[in-house]
Amino acid sequence: MRQSIVQWFKFASPQSFYPLAGRLIPWFWSAAAIFGIAGLWIAFFVAPTDAQQGEGYRIIFVHVPASWMSMFIYLVMAFWAGLGLALNTRVSGMMAQALAPTGALMAALSLWTGALWGKPMWGAWWVWDARLTSELILFFLYLGFIALQAAIDDPRRADKAGAILALVGVVNIPIIYFSVKWWNTLHQGSTINLNKAPSMAQTMLWGMLLMALCFWMYSIAVALMRVRAIILERERHTEWVKHAVE
Amino acid sequence: MQWNSIGEFFAMGGYALYVWGSFGACVLLMVAEPFLVKRRLSEVRQSLIRERLADELDSQQRSQ
Amino acid sequence: MNAFLATVRRDLLLALRRKSEVLTAVFFFVIVTSLFPLGIGPEPVLLKKIAPGILWVAALLATLLGLPRLFAADHADGTLEQMALSPSPLGLLVAGKILAHWLLCGLPLVLLAPVLGLQFDLDVSTLGILTLALLLGTPLLSLIGAIGAALTLGVRGGGVLLALLVLPLYIPALIFGAGAVEAHIAGLGAGGHLSLLAAMLALAVFFAPWATTASLRIALE
Repeated sequence: MRQSIVQWFKFASPQSFYPLAGRLIPWFWSAAAIFGIAGLWIAFFVAPTDAQQGEGYRIIFVHVPASWMSMFIYLVMAFWAGLGLALNTRVSGMMAQALAPTGALMAALSLWTGALWGKPMWGAWWVWDARLTSELILFFLYLGFIALQAAIDDPRRADKAGAILALVGVVNIPIIYFSVKWWNTLHQGSTINLNKAPSMAQTMLWGMLLMALCFWMYSIAVALMRVRAIILERERHTEWVKHAVE
Repeated sequence: MQWNSIGEFFAMGGYALYVWGSFGACVLLMVAEPFLVKRRLSEVRQSLIRERLADELDSQQRSQ
Repeated sequence: MNAFLATVRRDLLLALRRKSEVLTAVFFFVIVTSLFPLGIGPEPVLLKKIAPGILWVAALLATLLGLPRLFAADHADGTLEQMALSPSPLGLLVAGKILAHWLLCGLPLVLLAPVLGLQFDLDVSTLGILTLALLLGTPLLSLIGAIGAALTLGVRGGGVLLALLVLPLYIPALIFGAGAVEAHIAGLGAGGHLSLLAAMLALAVFFAPWATTASLRIALE
């Protein structure tokens, strides 16, 4: 038991995490490619045309995974940030910093695909629906996190300040979501219910699941790549970095 | 399989702009992001390698 | 407790010596709310409908305007470091500073809101709900804002960054605060909104000084 804990802590140092990440990245890329190809195949060739939304519903295969990932990455980011704050491990802060741009990208994709789905279905690019609004606020939270870290020069302080912001954000996300939902029901009338997804065929669910896995693996791969860059940038004056690049 | 021809596939039942706009944006950004990260990584690597070469040259000159 | 009251007293005294800073935020609130009818048109029905939202957004921005000053002066002259080293817990002193900030930036808004509400043709009972909602909401704004102010202390472009960090977190307060007034106008009763606002305030009173203190310690390292 003690042995395994020590093993795990070994990877909390940038020096041993850097090569580990390098070895893992190709695996995650391959997984992302396999899930992506399978998911796209189901999305375009297996899943039947929807009775109500025609072919337009196929946007769901990227919209839903992007939305899921945008929320999930914020949680993971806050987890790393909290871990870094509690245990003072350097790699945790770097992981949080590496995840933020990918999370923001997912939120942006979710908003973009949501708008493209909304236009043919409801006749408007943007509807102040509870989910879309929460997604927009989540995007703002990501931007705040990235801007705060970019504005602080000292990386240690940037990590800690970002960690507190991420934790405050994580406490607030349920409150924000709940409040937006409440606001949405109060202002019912012209809003269209997004919850009424097309009756999910089994194949559609599979396609969505595979695409979500693809997005997940992609996020891990890209975050690991970015964390490697961050490690080298921050540790450039240490001896091991000089030998890590041949 | 519900497509009779390639043209029909790309037309997406009249939703071409929306469907391809969504999938296109995803592909574009998910190709661009790793590309940019890769460039960032190789830039750090390059500068580190240059630094090391400079150090080695320095120590060689000193020993001569 | 003495240290808490002493901090409140000190901050109030300091602010009273520089009245213009406090008055700026108040005038900002008055001017912004008066701009909306000029931009939208003087139609009473429409103005009545948008009044809660406008007053709340203006209050949000006015609070934001005062936030960078919350810790900046004390940070610049080293008082903050003395506070961190003092025997009384920093969290208590920070809570005192937040309370003083609310008394200076939040309370005037609460007192002014009914007067400004008259511009929008709100009746007496609606004005009462508006004041009550602001009374519960503005301390919440000060508490959340203090976290942002501590995080951006001494950081480049702090003011704009502060807005970016804090405004998304203000959204629930805005929704329930403006929602309370709207619900009252619609005849639905504002009780639910107000109690949720109070619940969020209770949560923030508990957590915000703690998070602010942690952020300040990071800034002081």
